[in-house]
Amino acid sequence: MSTVLGLLNNTIAFSSVDGPGNRFVVFLQGCNFNCVTCHNPYTITRCTDCGLCVGPCPEHALSIEDGPLIVLDTGACTLCDVCIEVCPEDSTPLARVVTVRDLIEEIRAVAPFISGITVSGGEATQQPEFVADLFSTLKADPHLAHLTTFVDSNGAAPVEVWKRLADVMDGAMVDLKALDPATHLRLTARENDQVLASIEYLAQHDLLYEVRLLIVPGYNDDTQTVLRTAEWLSSVDPSMRIKLIGYRAHGVRPEALHIPEATGELLEHLETILREHGFDQIAVT
Amino acid sequence: MEMEEFVEQARSIINDGNLTFHQRKHYLAALAENSLPYPEIGPEAAEALNKGIVSDLYEGHAPYRPRYLLPDYELALAQGSEHLELEPPHTIDEALNFLLILYTQVPSITGFPVFLGDIDSLLLPYAEGVSDAALRAKLRLFWIALDRILPDGFVHANIGPQDNRVVRAILDIERELLQIVPNLSLKVHPDLTSDSLLLDAIETVFTTAKPHFVNHPMMVEDLGTGYGIVSCYNSLKKGGGSHTMVRLNLKEAAVAHSGSIDDFIDATLPFYASLNAEVMASRIRYLVEDARFFEHDFLAREGLVRLDRFSAMFGVYGLAEAVNILMEHEGLDARYGDGGAADELSYRIIGRIRAFVDDCPMPYSEGGGGRSLLHSQSGIDSDVNVTAGTRIPIGTEPETFQHISTVTPHHRHFDAGVSDIFHIDDTVRDNPEAVVDMIRGAFATGMREFTFNVDSNDFVRITGYLVRKSELARFQEGGERHASTVFAAGSVANSHVTERTTKRVLIREHSPRPAQ
Ligand code: SF4
Ligand code: SF4
Repeated sequence: MSTVLGLLNNTIAFSSVDGPGNRFVVFLQGCNFNCVTCHNPYTITRCTDCGLCVGPCPEHALSIEDGPLIVLDTGACTLCDVCIEVCPEDSTPLARVVTVRDLIEEIRAVAPFISGITVSGGEATQQPEFVADLFSTLKADPHLAHLTTFVDSNGAAPVEVWKRLADVMDGAMVDLKALDPATHLRLTARENDQVLASIEYLAQHDLLYEVRLLIVPGYNDDTQTVLRTAEWLSSVDPSMRIKLIGYRAHGVRPEALHIPEATGELLEHLETILREHGFDQIAVT
Repeated sequence: MEMEEFVEQARSIINDGNLTFHQRKHYLAALAENSLPYPEIGPEAAEALNKGIVSDLYEGHAPYRPRYLLPDYELALAQGSEHLELEPPHTIDEALNFLLILYTQVPSITGFPVFLGDIDSLLLPYAEGVSDAALRAKLRLFWIALDRILPDGFVHANIGPQDNRVVRAILDIERELLQIVPNLSLKVHPDLTSDSLLLDAIETVFTTAKPHFVNHPMMVEDLGTGYGIVSCYNSLKKGGGSHTMVRLNLKEAAVAHSGSIDDFIDATLPFYASLNAEVMASRIRYLVEDARFFEHDFLAREGLVRLDRFSAMFGVYGLAEAVNILMEHEGLDARYGDGGAADELSYRIIGRIRAFVDDCPMPYSEGGGGRSLLHSQSGIDSDVNVTAGTRIPIGTEPETFQHISTVTPHHRHFDAGVSDIFHIDDTVRDNPEAVVDMIRGAFATGMREFTFNVDSNDFVRITGYLVRKSELARFQEGGERHASTVFAAGSVANSHVTERTTKRVLIREHSPRPAQ
């Protein structure tokens, strides 16, 4: 078994919203986007062990005396999130380093109850070796090989990453934040060339489970934008699954609070546009 | 009971505008029964009963019918009934008519039949040659008749494990009618029950919070193929039943205990368990030897129930409080459901009770191999500050996977049933396959049975049976058509059931007394 370590934000045993069936979800720490609309910005960066959160922790669950790294006493922590609020880096001291073996044992206990696992984030493809090792270990284990392996990604990964994962990954959900490069830059602080290439590559290799369109009012919710997006998606794969996600303000940073939430009517209208382009597997949340 | 008190109670029942005629009659009969002396028990058992450490669920002082009966409806349909002057039915109409008549003649502790049979396999032979549309129309009227003629949330039908036309029609009718009656259990077998049938059942859960899901192979192992799920998820032998249920309040046993945890397990628990068993045995003897039910009732005379398929239920409840109290005694702050020492203690307690039940002979209980069957009892409306059965208290449940993992080790002990309820988030409506995964996983890892409560349903499960939220509200104002809704209203007031943030799982027992 591999010795690659993963930086983990959290896991959840049962999820019904991260792919087909009931799924075990792994949230990795660290993301290469910096989305205006991020609901959990504390998963974006890695902790720099600056120690600023040690003092404010009301439970004295954090310490840094014994070495250069911040140490968490999981028994004392009440998950109050004070550390996340004070962190200047948009990080968390709660992220932990895990081995593939640790995660496999966690998955083994849940295995009878799930269809598979989904690695999310943060951004899963920022730790490609860890994900590849996790998936290949699962596929090599006779008791776990039946579990399907999915990645939930922002799509900003070089094609080499997908090639590396292709043999051990059953599917990927990819966010398309905006088709227009300028809008994408405004929303995520990154270009979208890799995202588009990822969607194309995954579709060609039958690995695209779903494309997720986050609808952010004032950014990408006008009819023309959605029409162009529908046309492009249809040129890639006219039968793909699409999930329309309306922007919600919960958990976002103060800078994003001025953005209005997407209404039900708006989403319904955009769904109609997609259906008119022949897409028939559309979920709206 | 003094005559004056008797008169006063009779009058308050008769004048209670919240009760229907049938309910008043039921309570009046109970009042009369309770004017008789209790079946003979020793002073320690009487004291335990008095203090509520042992509880007979107000079954009454002179048992004259078994608590639960599971008539052999297959046999009845095959041989007809001399007493009811009914020939064996040949057509679907005759079969439905036959069953409806027979149901009204089946006694139980509540006066309503608690078991309607494996309804799909009972009716399947008669469905041959009947078109799908005609079958659905006939079953629909039958279903409406059940709800109106037997308006009690304990009336319980079984379906599965095999897929067939009748079970599909029933699930479809359930989604249309949204009735409380009958309660429904789906027997699930890992191979015989298809994903497609499970998905149909799950869609039904999304609208009605029914059916309850049952681990068929596990039940068959304990009770044989001829078993039924009745009332508030009690599992018993078909063609038999349970004479009585007496339950041990583990919380009160822990309160009464002083000393170490080992002492509790080795001395206190077996002591109160033996008193519980003493009350059971005395009640059974009265029913069989004095009231002589099995000599008189036509169900017994015609072989539809047989004494040798009867046993009795040894109930337990308040495990959570018992464990937490004992942990506090030891100065530990572990709580039942938190995955630590408290959970370990809970397994020791239930394991010890099961060992006691296994070793304790019970009269007229051949249906249980000469002993009683263990049941995790889900509560009645007068229970206050005590958690149903072996459940984790409302509001302190861990996330679903840990919840399932915590309670599953208890399930194998409860051959007479256990009712756990798991909340599922509304988002599963878009992904019912996730629920199939959970059901399959729960049964593969040793869970016996459970119910789902879905956020945003119109139905609420309070202590095991369903109540419509709207009816619950209406009960404050006017009379109530369903006997069990009365009970549920009491449960809401006493058990903080409305505090369930997302779970609205109700455990059904009955309302044995008029509101005090
Ligand atoms: S979590 Fe943030 S504040 Fe705390 S040590 Fe890491 S970087 Fe510093
Ligand atoms: S969440 Fe952070 S601040 Fe709160 S107790 Fe845990 S470590 Fe301390």
